Amino acid sequence: MRFVYISLIVSIILNFNFLKADEIKTENEIAKNLRCLICQGQSVYDSDSEFAISLKLVIKNKIQEGMSEDQIYNFLKTKYGEWILYDPVFNRNTYFLWLLPILIFLAGGAIIIRNFYNKNNLD
Amino acid sequence: MKSKVISIALILFFLTTFVIFFKGLKNPNLYTPILNQGKEVPSFEIKSFENNTKIISEKLFRGNKYYLMNIWASWCIPCRDEHKFLMKLKKDKKIELIGFNYKDNFKNAKSFLKDLGNPYNIIVSDKDGIASINWGAYGVPESFLIYENKIIKRFIGPINNEDLLEIKKIIR
Repeated sequence: MRFVYISLIVSIILNFNFLKADEIKTENEIAKNLRCLICQGQSVYDSDSEFAISLKLVIKNKIQEGMSEDQIYNFLKTKYGEWILYDPVFNRNTYFLWLLPILIFLAGGAIIIRNFYNKNNLD
Repeated sequence: MKSKVISIALILFFLTTFVIFFKGLKNPNLYTPILNQGKEVPSFEIKSFENNTKIISEKLFRGNKYYLMNIWASWCIPCRDEHKFLMKLKKDKKIELIGFNYKDNFKNAKSFLKDLGNPYNIIVSDKDGIASINWGAYGVPESFLIYENKIIKRFIGPINNEDLLEIKKIIR
């Protein structure tokens, strides 16, 4: 009976540790994707400024409250604007930025395919 | 004929790309926070500076009165510079000053107020800086002018004489 109790406690502790590790991983990922607004060229994760320290605490609390990554990004976007996010959002100002590489890729692919067929037809 | 159309389309495409990027180069890439906000005051719960009792935001900002919510700390040097302007503003009865003591030591904050005077009607304590993040603040000093539960103006950095005049003009 004692063995059952001990193994139960051990498994609970191990599971708790896994959950905690997951939380820390998400917390760090979010902090890496946020720009430290009062630092130069640093993410919130990299910075030790008072602002970044508080922001890391906010992220931790929001994760514990059960908020998803996207919800946390949206929350911070309402507070500080889009600039806090490293990834530019897909909107009117960034259509060109997002679509240009795809357009170039498609045009390049079309040219390659056309040349390939032309060459085959000539052969 | 076909190759002509393709070359014209290519030239047009590169020209548009050039124009868009050229225009983009002229846009300032410095981050400038919005100062005239009109945003609602965030709802929060915070501890009182003096006795650690919980205060809810709805009790801090009431109806049609002007409030200046000032984030300060005793360790913040620019806060000392702006303090004399806050003391001047205190004399105006149309506005109430709310102090947001940011990540500070109670004793140091107390002696700061003892030395320079206490301009605040109420002081709350933001020990870990979480409440300031809810306000979208960057650090100390920072002030928010509030009217009817809305942030009408934001001052990032120490308040100076110009800001003081502006506040007085708004609340007149």
